[in-house]
Amino acid sequence: MSSESVIREPLITGGKTVHDVTEDISRRVEEKPTKLWMLAMTISLGLLAIGAYTVFLLLWHGVGMWGLNKTVGWAWDITNFVWWVGIGHAGTLISAILLLFRQRWRMSINRAAEAMTIFAVICALQFPILHTGRPWLAIYWMFPLPNTFGSLWVNFNSPLLWDVFAISTYFLVSLIFWYIGLIPDFATIRDRARNKISKSIYGALSFGWDGAAKTWSRYETVALVLAGLATPLVLSVHTIVSMDFATSVIPGWHTTIFPPYFVAGAIFSGFAMVLTLMIVTRKVYKLEDYITIQHLEMMNIVIIITGSIVGVAYLTELFIAWYSGVEAEQYAFLNRATGPYWWAYAAMMTCNVVSPQLFWFKRIRTNIAATFVLSIVVNIGMWFERFVIIVTSLHRDFLPSSWAMFYPTFVDVGVYVFTFGLFFTCFFLFAKFFPVINMAEVKSIIKTTGEKAK
Amino acid sequence: MKETKKYWKGLEQLQKTPGFEKYANKEFAQELPLGDSDGETSRRDFLKVMGFGVAAASLAACETPINKAIPYVKKPVNVDPTIADYFASTYSLGSDQTSVVVKTREGRPIKIEGNKLSSVTGGGTSAQIEASVLSLYDQERLKGPAAKGKEVSWEELDAKIKSELAIASGPIYLVTNSLSSPSTKKVIEGFKNKYASLTHVTYDQNSVSGQLDANLAVFGKRALPSYDYSKAKTIVSFGYDFLGTGANTPLANKQFAESRRLSASKKEMSRLYSFESVLSLTGANADYRSPIRASEQGAYIASLYNVIAKETGGQVIDGLPSIDNQILSKAASDLLHAKEYSIVLSGSNDVSIQMFVNAINVMLGNIGATIDFGRHQNIRSGDDKAFGQFVKQLSSAGGVIFYNCNPVYDHPLGSKIAASLKNISFSLATTDRMDETNSLVSYLAPDHHYLESWNDFEPVHGKYSLSQPAISNLFNTRQAQDSLLSWANMEVNYYDFLRMNWAENIASLSKKSILDFDAFWEECLHDGVFEPETVATDEFDADLSGLGKAAFNITKPSSFLELVIFENGTVGNGIQSNNPWLQEMSDPITKACWDNYLTVSPKQVEEWGIELGDMTTQMVNLTVDGQSLKLPVLPQPGQKYGTVGLAIGYGRSVAGRVGNQVGFNAYPMINVDDGGQLDFNIYANVTVEPTDEAYAIAQTQTHHTFMGRGNVIQEATLSEYQKDPQAGRHMPKIATSEGFKKPTAVSLWKGHQYANHHWGLMIDLNSCTGCGTCSISCQTENNISVIGKKEVLNRRDMAWIRIDRYYSSDSNGDSYADMEIAAENPEVTFQPMMCQHCNNASCETVCPVAATTHSSEGLNQMTYNRCIGTRYCANNCPYKVRRFNWFKFHDNEQFGDNLAMNNDLGKMVLNPDVTVRSRGVIEKCSFCVQRIQSGKLEAKKEGRRPVDGEITTACASSCPSEALVFGDMKDPKSRISKMLQIRSMEKGVEAQEPRAYHVLEELREMPNVWYLTKIRNKNEKTEAANAHS
Repeated sequence: MSSESVIREPLITGGKTVHDVTEDISRRVEEKPTKLWMLAMTISLGLLAIGAYTVFLLLWHGVGMWGLNKTVGWAWDITNFVWWVGIGHAGTLISAILLLFRQRWRMSINRAAEAMTIFAVICALQFPILHTGRPWLAIYWMFPLPNTFGSLWVNFNSPLLWDVFAISTYFLVSLIFWYIGLIPDFATIRDRARNKISKSIYGALSFGWDGAAKTWSRYETVALVLAGLATPLVLSVHTIVSMDFATSVIPGWHTTIFPPYFVAGAIFSGFAMVLTLMIVTRKVYKLEDYITIQHLEMMNIVIIITGSIVGVAYLTELFIAWYSGVEAEQYAFLNRATGPYWWAYAAMMTCNVVSPQLFWFKRIRTNIAATFVLSIVVNIGMWFERFVIIVTSLHRDFLPSSWAMFYPTFVDVGVYVFTFGLFFTCFFLFAKFFPVINMAEVKSIIKTTGEKAK
Repeated sequence: MKETKKYWKGLEQLQKTPGFEKYANKEFAQELPLGDSDGETSRRDFLKVMGFGVAAASLAACETPINKAIPYVKKPVNVDPTIADYFASTYSLGSDQTSVVVKTREGRPIKIEGNKLSSVTGGGTSAQIEASVLSLYDQERLKGPAAKGKEVSWEELDAKIKSELAIASGPIYLVTNSLSSPSTKKVIEGFKNKYASLTHVTYDQNSVSGQLDANLAVFGKRALPSYDYSKAKTIVSFGYDFLGTGANTPLANKQFAESRRLSASKKEMSRLYSFESVLSLTGANADYRSPIRASEQGAYIASLYNVIAKETGGQVIDGLPSIDNQILSKAASDLLHAKEYSIVLSGSNDVSIQMFVNAINVMLGNIGATIDFGRHQNIRSGDDKAFGQFVKQLSSAGGVIFYNCNPVYDHPLGSKIAASLKNISFSLATTDRMDETNSLVSYLAPDHHYLESWNDFEPVHGKYSLSQPAISNLFNTRQAQDSLLSWANMEVNYYDFLRMNWAENIASLSKKSILDFDAFWEECLHDGVFEPETVATDEFDADLSGLGKAAFNITKPSSFLELVIFENGTVGNGIQSNNPWLQEMSDPITKACWDNYLTVSPKQVEEWGIELGDMTTQMVNLTVDGQSLKLPVLPQPGQKYGTVGLAIGYGRSVAGRVGNQVGFNAYPMINVDDGGQLDFNIYANVTVEPTDEAYAIAQTQTHHTFMGRGNVIQEATLSEYQKDPQAGRHMPKIATSEGFKKPTAVSLWKGHQYANHHWGLMIDLNSCTGCGTCSISCQTENNISVIGKKEVLNRRDMAWIRIDRYYSSDSNGDSYADMEIAAENPEVTFQPMMCQHCNNASCETVCPVAATTHSSEGLNQMTYNRCIGTRYCANNCPYKVRRFNWFKFHDNEQFGDNLAMNNDLGKMVLNPDVTVRSRGVIEKCSFCVQRIQSGKLEAKKEGRRPVDGEITTACASSCPSEALVFGDMKDPKSRISKMLQIRSMEKGVEAQEPRAYHVLEELREMPNVWYLTKIRNKNEKTEAANAHS
């Protein structure tokens, strides 16, 4: 009896040919902007403008425009920072780690995921600058630049400085990695371009790509090298961000579990954001054959795993707080769960630990609507996680005399809205003018498996 | 006719020389250096000119900075730029006088310090004294004399007033607060000689008239005695807040703290009992406190009287109420054990009650021992009855002169005075600023600020104190005594008058034979005080015959709602309402600022259904005898159920931009009987109706218990301490592979080696009474911003040193939620908290730009220039002492209440040695690094080491109870080294004093600030304390 191995599901459905791929993806770049796009762009710019006004207020009057106080020195600012950085993890993870693991299903989502990464990191970067009291100095005093102040140098002991290096490195590597991947596709668009302007622009963007075998070979090599470089960064960035808290003395922050817990949380939220965006993009751009249910399912599985890791981390924290015998630590965690911010803790627990468990049901994880809703729920939960860590730890620490509540102001909300405006403006520009799926790579997988090849 | 004559300019014209012809037709006879040889302007020149033009125009458009600092062309002797000068002087405001030392820089007074030579004050100050320097630079001060609303010159005013005085029909009144100045009294006498119809009436905002009358009845002398709390073993206070707001609080605090200081050689301390309705600073420091209704006070004292009388063989009076109260019985037995070493006090203004208090003190033998009538205090001499009489007759008076007082606001009969003032043709006030009274008078003759004045005082009988100007008058004001002298046609100025008076009457008291009065005068001016030993002190016989009659007048306890009107330790009686430092100072007990409120027991708050939020509460309508006020409610643990409390000093209507409409005016609520006697306790017709209106009270501390955290507050009872000096200490141990170790023994850090100095601060929680003087001293010294009520509500108060006030809880420690609720009658602990200058500072490691670093002398330094304001250091500070400049608080109209930084006049108070911080930087306690530096420089100049005590921080130097000791821990002979028994270790120093501890020791921050455990003189621990241990 002859046995036959199970045929893998094709990664790209609909019997696409190489030409179809080029057509489907390039068409979006070449066509006139749709009404829907114009509407989305207008809303994004509107958010950006409203947000920019609050940023102006913040810069004009001072950080006091936020609701921070003598006890709670960070709240929405750093919450948003960590949240955006976390979201910015998925892209590189998908492109780098999955590339090294030869997970070819990543090919149709990595472009958009990387773009999202870059935009999220740009949004994240607003906060370290805006949260400082004197941003006009912070913007360059944070770097170890030679100066005329004598022996004045940055403090290499400070986790904030590590942040500066970690995030700037991550941003640059991600940007280069993303851009290198874009070059062959830009060349395709250049070659198809019908008017001079787009020909010259895409021509410049494609750096004279000639499609020669040698070029492809170098391209592959560079991609691999960059993937190798980017891989440790995926782990390092959020590890270092977590050290802002882990190396401090504040109960609720001073926790060795933070690095793995933060990285898992970052991947968790990053995948959720990729899902949110992909579900919309595939629908609007009719890319259902490229981004299939299988893709969504794979990502949902990643979400279950990372969500569970995060859940275990939450429980471990509670256990360790009890086991440590340290009074302030015990109180900090009890206060999180039952204190005045219990609702934030409850929101975090529900959104991050309970809701992803629904993905154990195949029907839910293959349901697009459910996936969409849950992906948003996860990101709400992850925002609350950072809020809980930052605000509820600070608001009641060692000396009860200083205990205080934090109440956000409209400027807190406005600056968050500003980053949303920034993110979506960038993303919609990307979706219109850049190929949203890596054509070159996708072409390599359309025939690898499937019934046709049999 | 045709003109034929021809005129010529010179021979050249006549002769028509070629040289003349050449220029004859040109406009200018000589070649002008204009343009190129061809006379055309080139394109380049055009650009050059245009460039210059644009540049010049834009330069002209820029405002030339006006440099107002004028250098000394001829340097005055003894004024050296950057070098501070100190002048002894005397603080005088309202009825209070305190000998002080004024620090001036470049001729500007910038800081008030206590005068260590004064035995009247013991060298301490109070918050109001510290803050008074800002009042000097208040824009609201009057700029010159005025008559009927018009500005006039002094000559014009003098002429008008003399004519008014001459034609005045009917008595003329001179209204003052208590005067203790011998020379001023002499001036008034002279004035009286000129105008025979003058009547001098005196009142005090916080009247002790009842006590004075009782003293007159019993001892034949209408005066307030001096108390010596340091000698007392048992102090029993019935609602008298001698630590917070009584007469001469600096000395009371010093003496009280002395009686409670413990050391290896002195293991005894005084015991304080307090029976009161509102939790006062005295009650908060009491070992045993019993909340009582205000109306019960008489019964308590009478009951105590009978117990004492029975035991001492005094006259037991039948029919007096007998109170069955454990604490009262305990107090009685302690008093009997401490005869001649005890003090019984009452804050009541009721003569009968004070008679009994006197009787108790007489029976205990305290008179002449702890209570000294020979050295009576002159700072409270107001007579309620005389003042009542004055108010009745005012409308028919010929004239009235208000000498530096504001009775329209700060006397309960103020509205009657205001009404009468309309009918009086001649009215005059000398207050240096617009207020409720002088806005109604016809003539204004503004006095100098005390820092601009000459004066003398005798706050305690036979102990003199001088006032000398530390700055010449800023405005066109004139010393009030000079005004009186000129109106009395006495052709002498007050300075000469003062000297003359001293030469004639006071110099002779000196033991030293005075050959040269000038030398004596110089010495007195230098010292600021003159305390001759030779002043006769009278002996008194007590006459207790009036007691029987007084017994009838002892109030019966009521069962209705009672209102207790008190003074708080911040704004006080309201004279300095326009001082933003005092308005923003957090009340020692409630920790609220910028407001007064009705203090109500938490049980009653619940009954009234008041909704409480995080700093939000609701308003109630308080009605007393038909007068109504809508007030916010503040739940106050320790407040007797059935009583409510309200502070005076608020609700000013004419005080200035800072003080206007802050809080609610309680003065009209004070009860005045027909004779004019004031009663600050109102027993009848007090009603409160809750409303739905919400109100926010700004508090700097909203969590009131210390949650049983032994690493923060460490306390024990005296008996435990006597058994084990380490009692109450919380000694955490860290588990290591080699067993449990002290936190200091485990460290990743290398530690610091200090070659020269190692500064440290020791805080004795047993001495600290929580008065908060240090915080205002620090604010003055270090240019700390005032941010206003709204920002305090946003929890952004800027204090570098704050006093954490913790209540005990009745919880047994099982539930954190229960531990958050303060006990009904809590034990109170005060803990001054400032930057701990940690040797392993968690702030230093996290700053990305190294803006906060460790000095080679153990200080944690903050470099404002380098700070970018990430606030990471503030977050990571376990003591939460770092403060952030959320906005630009200086030169910003939005923070106009920050008087010291928002106008040229106010800025004169700034300490030029301390940077005014810009927006966006962190600031915090620096251990007064500028004082350390100047002390070191002074020593260096003289080629020696700094002497211990020479360098001290503003907080420590102002502390009236000397609870803070600053010094060099490297110097084995320094006071701090000895008190803490400092021993050098491999990685720092260790204190071997058994009571010394670090707050949050287990964090291994290794602070340079040490605390000594709080010891309560109690026989037993409360249940809650037992549960915690």
